[in-house]
Amino acid sequence: MSGFTQFEFMSTSRLSKGRSYLQHFHIDLPLLFALLILAGVGLMALYSASEQNIDIVLRQVMRLVIAFSVMIAVAQLRPETIQHWSPWLYAVAIILLFAVLVLGVIGKGAQRWLNFGLFTFQPSELMKLALPMLIAWYFSDHSIPPRPLRIMLALVMIVVPTLLVAKQPDLGTALVLATSGFLVLFLAGLRWRTIIIAFILLIPISWLFWQYGMHDYQRNRVLTFLNPEIDPLGAGYHIIQSTIAIGSGGMYGKGWLNGTQSHLDFLPERKTDFIFPVFSEEFGFIGSLLLLALYAVIVIRGLMITLQAQDTYTRLLAGTITLTFLIYVFINIGMVSGILPVVGIPLPLVSYGGTSMVTLLTGFGILMSIQTHRKLIST
Amino acid sequence: MGRNHALTIKDHLRETLLFQRRILVSAILACILLAGLIARLFFLQIISHAHYTALSEDNRVSIVPIAPTRGLIYDRNGVLLAQNIPSRTLELIPEHVKNLKATIKKLRSLIHITDDEVERFNELRKKKRRFEGIPLRYRLSDSEAARIAVHLNQLPGVEITAELMRHYPQGRLASHAIGYVARINEEELSHLDASQYAATKNIGKTGVERSYENELHGEVGYQRVETNAAGRIVDVLQRTLPTPGKNLYLSLDARVQMVAEQAFGKHDGALVAINPNNGEVIAFVSMPTFDPNLFVNGIDHKTYNKLSRSPDRPLFNRALQGQYPPGSTIKPFIGLAGLEDKVIKPDTTIDCKGYFTLKNDDHRYRDWKRGGHGETDLNKAIVQSCDVYFYQLAMQLKIDRIHDFLARFGMGRPTGIDIRGEETGLLPSRAWKRRVRHEPWFPGETLITGIGQGFTLVTPLQLAEMAAEMGSRGRSYTPHIVRGIVEPGDDKLVVHQAPPKNIITLKNPKDWQIIINAMKQVVTSPHGTARRIDHNLKYSVAAKTGTAQVFGIKQDQKGEEDQSNLPKRLRDHAVFIAFAPAKHPKIAVGVVVEHGGHGGSTAAPIARKVMDAYLLGGK
Repeated sequence: MSGFTQFEFMSTSRLSKGRSYLQHFHIDLPLLFALLILAGVGLMALYSASEQNIDIVLRQVMRLVIAFSVMIAVAQLRPETIQHWSPWLYAVAIILLFAVLVLGVIGKGAQRWLNFGLFTFQPSELMKLALPMLIAWYFSDHSIPPRPLRIMLALVMIVVPTLLVAKQPDLGTALVLATSGFLVLFLAGLRWRTIIIAFILLIPISWLFWQYGMHDYQRNRVLTFLNPEIDPLGAGYHIIQSTIAIGSGGMYGKGWLNGTQSHLDFLPERKTDFIFPVFSEEFGFIGSLLLLALYAVIVIRGLMITLQAQDTYTRLLAGTITLTFLIYVFINIGMVSGILPVVGIPLPLVSYGGTSMVTLLTGFGILMSIQTHRKLIST
Repeated sequence: MGRNHALTIKDHLRETLLFQRRILVSAILACILLAGLIARLFFLQIISHAHYTALSEDNRVSIVPIAPTRGLIYDRNGVLLAQNIPSRTLELIPEHVKNLKATIKKLRSLIHITDDEVERFNELRKKKRRFEGIPLRYRLSDSEAARIAVHLNQLPGVEITAELMRHYPQGRLASHAIGYVARINEEELSHLDASQYAATKNIGKTGVERSYENELHGEVGYQRVETNAAGRIVDVLQRTLPTPGKNLYLSLDARVQMVAEQAFGKHDGALVAINPNNGEVIAFVSMPTFDPNLFVNGIDHKTYNKLSRSPDRPLFNRALQGQYPPGSTIKPFIGLAGLEDKVIKPDTTIDCKGYFTLKNDDHRYRDWKRGGHGETDLNKAIVQSCDVYFYQLAMQLKIDRIHDFLARFGMGRPTGIDIRGEETGLLPSRAWKRRVRHEPWFPGETLITGIGQGFTLVTPLQLAEMAAEMGSRGRSYTPHIVRGIVEPGDDKLVVHQAPPKNIITLKNPKDWQIIINAMKQVVTSPHGTARRIDHNLKYSVAAKTGTAQVFGIKQDQKGEEDQSNLPKRLRDHAVFIAFAPAKHPKIAVGVVVEHGGHGGSTAAPIARKVMDAYLLGGK
């Protein structure tokens, strides 16, 4: 333990004074900057989407403050601690998901929230982190690629929470959970042959799911996605109006606060899932490219941290957190621009809302923890 | 970690390599996903930008029409007959009303609102959007508006709006001439210019309001507005004001019209007065009249049924569409036909024994006067309205010549007045009977045609026109009721002027005066059938009385003395034509008084009052 402390001392001595403070607080500066800029852009978009309602913006600022605090707090944890907690976190998340399901049955309706009196809590958010953490933990004490039996067991760990969340029903989150689980398997070196066979098997499974596993409204969403004109005033209305918003933005956009689609109420859900069209209408193609670039910076930084991570657990977790983040961005922008069905995934750090933001920044807190607690010896 | 160290290092390198490859693949996939999004955004925002801009504009901007103000209608002296007044409407905006039932109940406690109105409101509510005002009560009075206004702060979503409403300040006066406007119906909507009428709620249904709809309506205006997704107007971007409709000045004289309507008293019937020198309609009366204001903004069922089912048929335009046998008023024209065709001379006489028979037929065609008029020439035949003289004359003229001559006076054809819906009357002929009735013409029918009975029918308007043609010695103008039009924003009255549509020329123009002299004596002679109106007459009148048989009374029972014993609905119609001053007439009148009995007793005094009013002025 003393050697470790000595090493840390030596490394800080070689770096600048400012960097040493940051190192001391376990903050990754590039990531923090990119996230803060993104949050700022999000507040601008929210100010416009909320009809310049400063109260809503301030509420979002409050959430950001909390979420960034959580991120920095998590960054203080050592990766070993996080690894140690992983199975327990997963167990708690599974229990809470069951609780939600039971309460949902009692409440006779879609149930995603648990009310803890002071605050409501969405267990599926916890699961978004707990699932990759568990699988990374599970794979970490053996060599990778994992053996088939371990893969099978990992699949069970993925499928159980996925089905619980899908049952709520929250198809979007279920999809994200399954994807993050798969990402861990992929990063753990799942053989290409297995991946291809899995994809081929996915076709009949998804057909069965379509037939028996989906609610009518979910089927409608997919059908409407395939052809929005089926229901131009109902479910297709969202997609049509949001593509109009994006398309009419053009190269340079209509200018901040000047988006007609959003300000004249044509855009539904424009503070939450459909905030990208608000931004894109007002800032155009150029603005959208810059926003995507900002996301790309975060993803690249995430991948850099992943590549520098030193053990299986941190590698798998950092990679999965980073790639899941990208998938959020892709699904959200893809759905509002009409290339993916509407599944209710918020745009990370820009959409209005609390729980998902905390989850997200907790993820980045883990990334920072991984990055700042590295033992420089092996790189 | 229960493995030995060497293996761990080897494994570690292999794992790191594998992991780095997977991250590389992931990075490539990430690039592909980002590229996909960028491609999609490029397609939407750059390639399809114009398309989506258009869609966005369609979303945002809509065109809202503005109704033009309807033109006003005045009489010839500038008396206002139809105007637009601000009307207050009580409206409810469902979006802002907290409890609709309670609100309506509260409103009903403040002002009178009928169940019908509540029902109509509920019907409309289904059709309109939640932020649109739905009318509950039209035409709020000052006190009603005030009573609601006091409570407005307790009634969220309740509004009192003002819009222009057609109003007929003279009420029932000349309602058949002016007509009325009412809600546009489905059928009218199908052949209207949809854009011109986009904001217009009412359209002229009858009378001048209908015939001059194009002039009165004006040009629609537009505003380009920005609306939100719910359709609520957020901002007005551009406004093109509507052009108001043109103002009409009628040739009608409201004062004369009022005298005429009052003169009818309780009688039903019609009167048309025309200026023989230009065809201008001075009075256009159909009795009973109705209040056209009832129709504006929709008439309720009860009132409408009461009007349409009344036995007096107040909605029926008798002046334009009522068709009556002309009776003896036809005689001056038959006499003129006899002179024109040299069948008779002025001094040709017959011996009237009180009846007439045809050869090989013992049916007696009776004169109205039992015992007959004795020796009768043309003048006496017209003055005393001798039937036998005209039976004889008609028999000699035969139906074809009678038809052809009367056709020159416009009988059997619409006059072409500028009020739509005119009836043609009926001028019978052999050809007509064969075509319509598939029967040959019988000689007896010629006889009764000669005294204006049988098949022959005229409208009161045609009677007036015929009187005008006689008075002007053959000059025939198309009757018209709109004297002139004033363009919006212009003070210049463009007066309707048209040459005579027809000039009736006689072989011997002196024949006009022969007949007109006889018609003057109808009034002035002690034996004249209209002698009753000669008292204190300050100008000369040429006239002819007539009696139009009401269906069901047989020819040979005919007798004017019998009428008073009959129930009113079986009594004959009184008919009367006149023009004055006889030498250079300024007014020609045709009158029908339904079930009025003899023309001289009921119809003539009405005509006298109208002529007095017009020729002698107001006092």
